[in-house]
Amino acid sequence: MRIMLKIENMTMKFGGVIAANNFNANIEKGRIVGLIGPNGAGKTTIFNVVTGVYMPTEGRVIFNPDDREHVISGLRPDEIAKLGVCRTFQNIRLFKDLSVLDNVFIGNHLRIESNVFSSILRLPGYIKEEKEILKKSLYLLERVGLLQEKDEKAHSLPYGKQRRLEIARALATNPRLLLLDEPAAGMNPQESRELMQFILDIKDEFDLTIFLIEHHMEVVMGICEEIFVLDHGELIAQGNPEAIQNNQRVVEAYLGVE
Amino acid sequence: MKANMKTAKSKKLIDNRTFISFVILIIALIVINFTDNDYIKRITSLCGIYVILGLSMQLINGFTGLFSLGHAGFMAIGAYTVAILTIAPEDKVMNFFMKPILPFLANVEWWFFPSLIMAGIIAGVFGFLIGAPVLRLTDDYLAIATLGFAEIIRVVFTNTQSLTNGALGLKAIPNNTNVLWSWAMAFITIGFMVFLMKGSYGKAFKAIREDEIAARSMGINLFRHKVMSFTFSAFLAGVAGGLMASLLGTIDPNMFRITLTFNILLIMVLGGLGNIKGTVISAIIVTAAMEVLRFLDESINLGFIQLEGIPGMRMVIFSMILMAVVIFRKDRLLKGN
Ligand SMILES: Nc1ncnc2c1ncn2[C@@H]1O[C@H](COP(=O)(O)OP(=O)(O)OP(=O)(O)O)[C@@H](O)[C@H]1O
Ligand SMILES: [Mg+2]
Repeated sequence: MRIMLKIENMTMKFGGVIAANNFNANIEKGRIVGLIGPNGAGKTTIFNVVTGVYMPTEGRVIFNPDDREHVISGLRPDEIAKLGVCRTFQNIRLFKDLSVLDNVFIGNHLRIESNVFSSILRLPGYIKEEKEILKKSLYLLERVGLLQEKDEKAHSLPYGKQRRLEIARALATNPRLLLLDEPAAGMNPQESRELMQFILDIKDEFDLTIFLIEHHMEVVMGICEEIFVLDHGELIAQGNPEAIQNNQRVVEAYLGVE
Repeated sequence: MKANMKTAKSKKLIDNRTFISFVILIIALIVINFTDNDYIKRITSLCGIYVILGLSMQLINGFTGLFSLGHAGFMAIGAYTVAILTIAPEDKVMNFFMKPILPFLANVEWWFFPSLIMAGIIAGVFGFLIGAPVLRLTDDYLAIATLGFAEIIRVVFTNTQSLTNGALGLKAIPNNTNVLWSWAMAFITIGFMVFLMKGSYGKAFKAIREDEIAARSMGINLFRHKVMSFTFSAFLAGVAGGLMASLLGTIDPNMFRITLTFNILLIMVLGGLGNIKGTVISAIIVTAAMEVLRFLDESINLGFIQLEGIPGMRMVIFSMILMAVVIFRKDRLLKGN
């Protein structure tokens, strides 16, 4: 199996705080991989390093979407997104005052080939691209069940729908690797179950590799093939759901046993 | 899916009310164009110029969310470009009596339209060049840096005697700007803005305004798009400056003070951030009001008593309106788009 994402000896320090310490991970193509750990363990920090929000203090991140390795640590977030890594945010970051449709539309912008002048003059090349973008955006909205709400402002949606809109927007960028930061947060058990099925479906449909942070254990144990467990910035366990559930250190970390 | 296509089609670019107001505006402009009241024509031309300026400010501030205050500087560049390119060679000799104009400019005499475009291009190039360093700054610093840029331009123009004639300013600029010119340019600007904001790039600008972190994570190159927006905005301000120079016939560096930028800011805020239609309306109202309220700065004779005018009173009134709008309409301001 090919390695889609390789995180090598990555350390991220914020002043005195070591948010991630010498973290290593290999994520295989086509897998759903979980990242769990207590609050403040450094999970979001790892996502931020992978997506270029932070430059790691040490180590590097390598992304390999199509048999060509790219060292992505050090690149800007938009460059990394163009290579095919996209994400959602733990504290939802939609374009609040824009319509639901526009949010997804904007997700397509990084792939646009027409220049700004052909967009203003609405030249045939641009019109064609825009039509395709609209078609794809409407399809993605239908896929996440938000077609009805396409003209509403993003901030007017209930929480669960905002999370789904974030996923649709991320999918619009044509990612190869999708990072989901607590996609089930704030969802009831019924919604979480639907979300699990949805994640499995989009993985197949869009040929994705998925890396996800989640506190809902039934979600993580239900769909992840491999799980990384983090505590205080340290990787304390790694393995399949069964191995993780039976791992003494993991249980201790979650129960707060010293 | 089919029902969807239908609603998408029936959603037109402009609604009926906008269309009717648009027609009324055109008719009013035509009527004004054929009257011989020069005063009204002048104010109407000025309105068109402020429509361009309001939209230019809207592009960078209202749509892209960058607090930029450099408009007076870009207008000055545009105004001087048109002046230098259109003033007849013999009038240039007359203007530059202290120190002759640079030799390669002494004999140029361009047509108005290419001069206007050149005004936009030179302002745009300046926008591009200063955009590169200042657009890396965060909001408050950006405002200060652009404000500083406008002041620098003014001081530079005061001292480049052989290019701008310094503090003496330039006179005998051919009066090409009329209702037709200024509103033709205004309508082109309105179209430019509507189509820009409707397209993918315009939406990307709005994304940057809404959330920079999310925008760049979606693959939008923040810097490139900010520079683009800033350059377009500077271009429009340059064209407006050129129109203004040709409307007034004389310019000097002190016309391009911060108060000019402030007027444009007022138009934008009254029009609603990110609201094109509102900006057109507020540009017309504010420009007309500036003229109507001119009496506040002059002394008023009430027959039995002579009230001394207080210079700057107009600006006080306008500042108060701006403050009131910001305080009482804060929520609505941000929902314009
Ligand atoms: N930009 C930053 N500056 C300083 N400290 C930071 C920064 N980002 C994260 N940290 C710190 O790094 C540690 C890990 O934070 P992180 O957000 O990665 O945790 P997390 O595992 O995602 O937690 P949660 O489950 O609460 O989301 C925390 O102690 C946090 O305070
Ligand atoms: Mg987190």
